[in-house]
Amino acid sequence: MSTADTPKRSMRTPLGRVRNLGAAHSGTSDFWRQRLTAVAMTLLMIPVLVIIMMLLGRNQAGAKQILGSLPVAIIMLLFIVASAWHMKIGMQVVIEDYVHNEKLKLISIMLNNFFAAAVALASIYAILQLSSGV
Amino acid sequence: MVEFALPKNSKISGGKTWPKPPGATEFREFRVYRWNPDDGKNPSVDTYYVDTNDCGPMVLDGLIWIKNHIDPSLTFRRSCREGVCGSCAMNIDGQNTLACTRSMHDVKDGAVKINPLPHQPVVKDLVPDLTNFYAQYASIEPWLKTTSPTPQKEWRQSHEDREKLDGLYECILCACCSTSCPSYWWNSDRYLGPAALLQANRWVSDSRDEATGERLDNLEDPFRLYRCHTIMNCAKACPKGLNPAEAIAELKLKMVERQI
Repeated sequence: MSTADTPKRSMRTPLGRVRNLGAAHSGTSDFWRQRLTAVAMTLLMIPVLVIIMMLLGRNQAGAKQILGSLPVAIIMLLFIVASAWHMKIGMQVVIEDYVHNEKLKLISIMLNNFFAAAVALASIYAILQLSSGV
Repeated sequence: MVEFALPKNSKISGGKTWPKPPGATEFREFRVYRWNPDDGKNPSVDTYYVDTNDCGPMVLDGLIWIKNHIDPSLTFRRSCREGVCGSCAMNIDGQNTLACTRSMHDVKDGAVKINPLPHQPVVKDLVPDLTNFYAQYASIEPWLKTTSPTPQKEWRQSHEDREKLDGLYECILCACCSTSCPSYWWNSDRYLGPAALLQANRWVSDSRDEATGERLDNLEDPFRLYRCHTIMNCAKACPKGLNPAEAIAELKLKMVERQI
């Protein structure tokens, strides 16, 4: 996470600064998952929109009836997992791009993880509760 | 955080308008970024008038004419004058390109506006400090790496394998692409940038090289490689018509390929 020494403050060679702490040997998983979740969301988008339109104007009992169907609940759960994961990775990329203060970056990435997990779990809980009728 | 405004000492103020050359009938106006590390002043943009009847057609010809006839203190890099050496890379009319291959007639709408390559420290006038850029190139170890015994003659390569280097070997390291990339502007201390990554792909794609995996290991990093967000400014800027974004996409594909 640390940045290379700035040229002004360091007598390190330019190559030493570029090599810095070495390669993290990671990043490909996030890159792959970002694409995976993007494709998943593209495929799930239409069924999710149909489900949401079916839910419009219904009361809780009506919503429970629709979400009680196993395929509907699974589609909604898959969409929640894919979108929360995609959101987390996307936001992390933005933070890494623009936040250069190490402490602030660490805190932002932590909060981003917490937020994505909280949104995903709350949504999953809501779907499960409605679909199981608890 | 990212800086959206120039630091105080980099803000451009004023500038001198040099008189039109006497006796000339046709002019072209040049507005050139000036900064001298020795006078303690902020950068400025000077206005010059080039006698187009006494000058070659390229922007570099105009700059050389200014240096020879108006202002010998104007500082810029140049060498081959034919798009091979990459020395005269600068920002002309808002686009990074080579002054030697950009005709001043291609610059529409009035003055030819010339600035140094963006987001690099300036040494003087149009000369950027490319130390970090060259160190990044060195970090990808741009030479053939082998462990097999060296053959008596040359390392052999099929015509098909040689063709895989087309679109990569032509890079002249002028830095037009890297300095046009917003990702490189924000994170050039850790992101290698389009030029170094295109060169990295040139060695990863070389059938004679035996260190492909090691090279990919060295690039697999959220910053070194994955700061590329396929903005494509690199491909638009490249004066040699190369596509660094595609080369980076090939590297990412190889990274995924060896995991899945």
